[in-house]
Amino acid sequence: MAIRSFLILFLLFFLSSLHPILSLYEDQVGLMDWHEQYIGKVKQAVFHTHKTGRKRVVVSTEENVIASLDLRHGEIFWRHVLGPTDVIDGIDVALGKYVITLSSGGSVLRAWNLPDGQMVWESTLQGPKHSKSLLLVPTNLKIEKDNVVLVFSYGRLNAVSCTDGEVLWKKDFEAESLEVQQVIQCPSSDLVYIVGFAASSQFEMYQIDASNGELLKHESAAFSGGFLGEVSLVSSETIVALDSTGSILLTISFRNGKISFQQIPISNLVEDSLGPAVIIPSSVTGIFAIKMNAITMFIRVMGEGKLEVVEKTNHETSVSDALPISEGQQAFALIQHAGSEIHLTVKLAHDWDGNLLKESIKMDQQRGLVHRVFINNYIRTDRSYGFRVLIVMEDHSLLLLQQGAIVWSREDGLASIIDVTTSELPVEKDGVSVAKVEHNLFEWLKGHMLKLKGTLMLASPEDIAAIQSMRLKGSEKSKMTRDHNGFRKLLIALTKAGKLFALHTGDGHIVWSHLLQSLHKSEACQHPIGLNLYQWQVPHHHAMDENPSVLVVSKCGPSSDISGVLSFVDTYTGKELGSLTLVHSIVQVIPLPYTDSTEQRLHLLIDADKHAHLYPKTPEAIDIFQHEFSNIYWYSVEDDNGIIKGHVLKSKCTGEVADEFCFDTRELWSIVFPSESEMIIASVTRKSNEVVHTQSKVIADQDVMYKYISRNLLFVATVAPKASGKIGCVTPEESWLVVYLIDTVTGRILHRVTHHGSQGPVHAVFSENWVVYHYFNLRAHRYEMSVIEIYDQSRADNKDVWKLVLGKHNLTSPISSYSQPEVITKSQSYFFTHSLKAIAVTSTAKGITSKQLLIGTVGDQVLALDKRFLDPRRSVNPTQAEKEEGIIPLTDSLPIIPQSYVTHSLKVEGLRGVITVPAKLESTTLVFAYGVDLFFTQLAPSRTYDSLTEDFSYALLLITIVALVAAIFVTWILSEKKELQEKWR
Amino acid sequence: MEKGKGVMGSGRRWAVDFSDNSTAPSSRDIPDPPGFTRASVDQDDSNLTRQKKDAEANWKAQKAWEVAQTPFKNLLMMGFMMWMAGSTVHLFSIGITFSALWQPISALQGVGKVFEPYKDNKVDLLGPKLLFIALNLGGLALGVWKLNTLGLLPTHASDWVSSLSPAQEVEYSGGGISLQ
Repeated sequence: MAIRSFLILFLLFFLSSLHPILSLYEDQVGLMDWHEQYIGKVKQAVFHTHKTGRKRVVVSTEENVIASLDLRHGEIFWRHVLGPTDVIDGIDVALGKYVITLSSGGSVLRAWNLPDGQMVWESTLQGPKHSKSLLLVPTNLKIEKDNVVLVFSYGRLNAVSCTDGEVLWKKDFEAESLEVQQVIQCPSSDLVYIVGFAASSQFEMYQIDASNGELLKHESAAFSGGFLGEVSLVSSETIVALDSTGSILLTISFRNGKISFQQIPISNLVEDSLGPAVIIPSSVTGIFAIKMNAITMFIRVMGEGKLEVVEKTNHETSVSDALPISEGQQAFALIQHAGSEIHLTVKLAHDWDGNLLKESIKMDQQRGLVHRVFINNYIRTDRSYGFRVLIVMEDHSLLLLQQGAIVWSREDGLASIIDVTTSELPVEKDGVSVAKVEHNLFEWLKGHMLKLKGTLMLASPEDIAAIQSMRLKGSEKSKMTRDHNGFRKLLIALTKAGKLFALHTGDGHIVWSHLLQSLHKSEACQHPIGLNLYQWQVPHHHAMDENPSVLVVSKCGPSSDISGVLSFVDTYTGKELGSLTLVHSIVQVIPLPYTDSTEQRLHLLIDADKHAHLYPKTPEAIDIFQHEFSNIYWYSVEDDNGIIKGHVLKSKCTGEVADEFCFDTRELWSIVFPSESEMIIASVTRKSNEVVHTQSKVIADQDVMYKYISRNLLFVATVAPKASGKIGCVTPEESWLVVYLIDTVTGRILHRVTHHGSQGPVHAVFSENWVVYHYFNLRAHRYEMSVIEIYDQSRADNKDVWKLVLGKHNLTSPISSYSQPEVITKSQSYFFTHSLKAIAVTSTAKGITSKQLLIGTVGDQVLALDKRFLDPRRSVNPTQAEKEEGIIPLTDSLPIIPQSYVTHSLKVEGLRGVITVPAKLESTTLVFAYGVDLFFTQLAPSRTYDSLTEDFSYALLLITIVALVAAIFVTWILSEKKELQEKWR
Repeated sequence: MEKGKGVMGSGRRWAVDFSDNSTAPSSRDIPDPPGFTRASVDQDDSNLTRQKKDAEANWKAQKAWEVAQTPFKNLLMMGFMMWMAGSTVHLFSIGITFSALWQPISALQGVGKVFEPYKDNKVDLLGPKLLFIALNLGGLALGVWKLNTLGLLPTHASDWVSSLSPAQEVEYSGGGISLQ
């Protein structure tokens, strides 16, 4: 018995040593993973190039990032990603050493140390009412030797000390319904003007003493025409605005506190009427720009309110703000598009006709138009001024132009990915060119010499560094062909800018990028919004001669009944194969599990009138579809009114236009949640491409449980409407969380469970026969994760071995949701430390490998958690058999093992989503996490049991084989000799 | 015989085989010398030989029963070893189980050979053979039982359904929250 127990102990030890360890060694970082840092579309840029040393530009972006970039290479010196609600309103540099940011609608003012990005101070500003927030860092304005920052927010003007963030004085503008437009500092005096509109037709001007916040003067004047949108500052005491119809230009001067209007109809300036005008906001002295349809006009303000058109162009034009250069002179940059080139012009504000600089730069068509321009100057060796220009393009990329060339560019569109899908790479064609091999032969030999040195521990530190860089830059992993293990793929990402990127999974480089024409603003489509990506065509049989393609679904505006746009993009080349502007809207896209003979997937598009449209529109597709017609259902989750509806296809559309590909649908069932007690906050289904290996689960003592595996299961979570807000706003008694498992064909509720005293946000993931969800438990004041597993009880009596041996069972026969199988569920809850941003589950090619949950934590990292920890069969004291099965003793909280962070030491700032793609190798799955940053890695949830690991010692294997062969030879010779001697004796 | 051959094989120049081949004249390849008749010798002491032969047959029968019982000891030893090995699958238990399976099988294959020396017209070998076979089958059964306790035999429903792929579904349903 003692021996037995010893053996068991030994076995347990053996098993525990098999427990998958995810951590990696220092030198493995970057081998299979890559990490890219982005900042998003730049909103504002402030250059800091005065001092000697590192030249930098501080930017704020639409992804709520502030970053300091190296002007030489465009690298990030430091970066802070503020939360999704902390929108940056303004940035500036104060005292030459602090970056001041105003964010959260003007309520948070922060100062960051310019060289290293450390936060120096933060102050919270409040005020009586919501308003536009403006930040002004006045030059040499001092209050008691303190430099001051002026902030207008929440209807209050605050003067904040630069050194410690203390509010020195504040002035409320609560009485009036003031819509502030500008805070203007008078040069050469301590006066500050605040100008704005009140009641849409009243112009208001306040003159304030900046040293103590005293109101010196308040003037207002009415203008019957009203005002429209933005204003342009043309001097410190003059602004230009448009009337509400956009046809009259108003020059408003408030010199010495006296307001005077000058009205000039645009028709006086240009002969032909071109529709309503829009002011392009800028702050160049004496010049402003307006845009009328495609025409941009530059207008000079002469004295006495006279206006003069200096340039009229129908090229797309962007203007920078004014840059003060010596002695009151201001320069500004102008960028115009002309075909495949852009023309950069730098002019002095008072001298339109003379150019300081005129350059033409070739520009990639895929970057679209120039959206923003920021100018900076430097002094050349011959003491003349040189200019560098930072431009933000339509695809959100950031480029630095200097001396007629693009110095660097950043693809910051990748910071705002909407959807990601994957595509295979081309199949490797036979025949490798000999020249390529010969060229690399020397390199190859050198590499192997180095590796040998490394193996024999003869390598010097430099050699080790060289080996490491060779490992990281291996040409094998960034090859443009499919590999045997399926590690090399293309990640197709759709960004907010309407650009499609193909990233190589090997090293993350951009293979191609394409600014979708269908997502370009046009007459028919005013505000195109990219929605989703679907795999349109994935050729397997025709892999050699057909290219895979993706479907990009977008629509023309934010409302739900606006027409949709489809475009098809070849994933090998990035060419747009075609695009369709649909007559109907797109509310839902349902990829059907059927493909036609060219392996195009059939898609069902549901419009706002609940008609179903079949794509591709081919006779073959309709044939396939008709065949399965009666078995296709669809459901809609209307989260705004708490209804889930199931629909079935009825017949061909009975519209005025005969459309073979349009189908009427009929409502089949509906689940109405009582609006006073439940509100839908989350719904999750299984991924349609998930592969499940088996329907049975073998538990301890060779018992079997049959999983209830259905693609038509929907997980829905509802909360009490009161508890839909932030955590802590309700008591546990008045909040509850109810989760449902619903069959989407029949509308049958398979399972329902209520968590009293819990609330959202709920993050959930559905896979195989289980769902894991994360929520907040108000009673325990902790986050919780729960798991529900569903088993098919009606199959449980399939226990006769002989029937199974002879195949006399119905386990593999097709099942219908209408058969209403009896299901049982098992569930369990655990505490979890982190709040979540995203949750996903690993998926492998055959579904044999055990699963891991990939949890995007609040710290922007991705944590891998074994599904075994979320097993409802866990108990405090598992029996011997259960232990052997791998059941972990129950604990109240889920362990967070520091080594199991997939992102190791890196952060995926602003994490929004995690996707997993199976590799061809069953043990391995590819993980892509995106947010502001991108991160990619390979994971092997049960370790790489089907391949040798990277650190496998081939040398040892070879040496062993050689030694064995040698030993065989030696012993053979010896035995021969001995035998001969014996014979001669 | 064996020894002689072995010695011959390892390089001796000559050797004499003293063993008596007279009982099996067919195996002789050298003809008898002229004037020598084997039959006359046999006839001379036929009485004596008959007695001798009876004794030999008895002895053989006794021996055959002894041989037939040998697997019993083996069986006991195997049982002990199996109990030692426990019921979990690892190298030791698998080794023992497979040797427990292999031994009876190889013994059953060589039943004829085992009883070869005791083959005699007067000796009834059927009983010992049957006992031998029965005991070995018992050993085999023990091995199979062990295999089963290790869980290596597909005797449970789980062994037949563990890789059964999920059943196909008739209906297909898609949808969700409408695209924003």
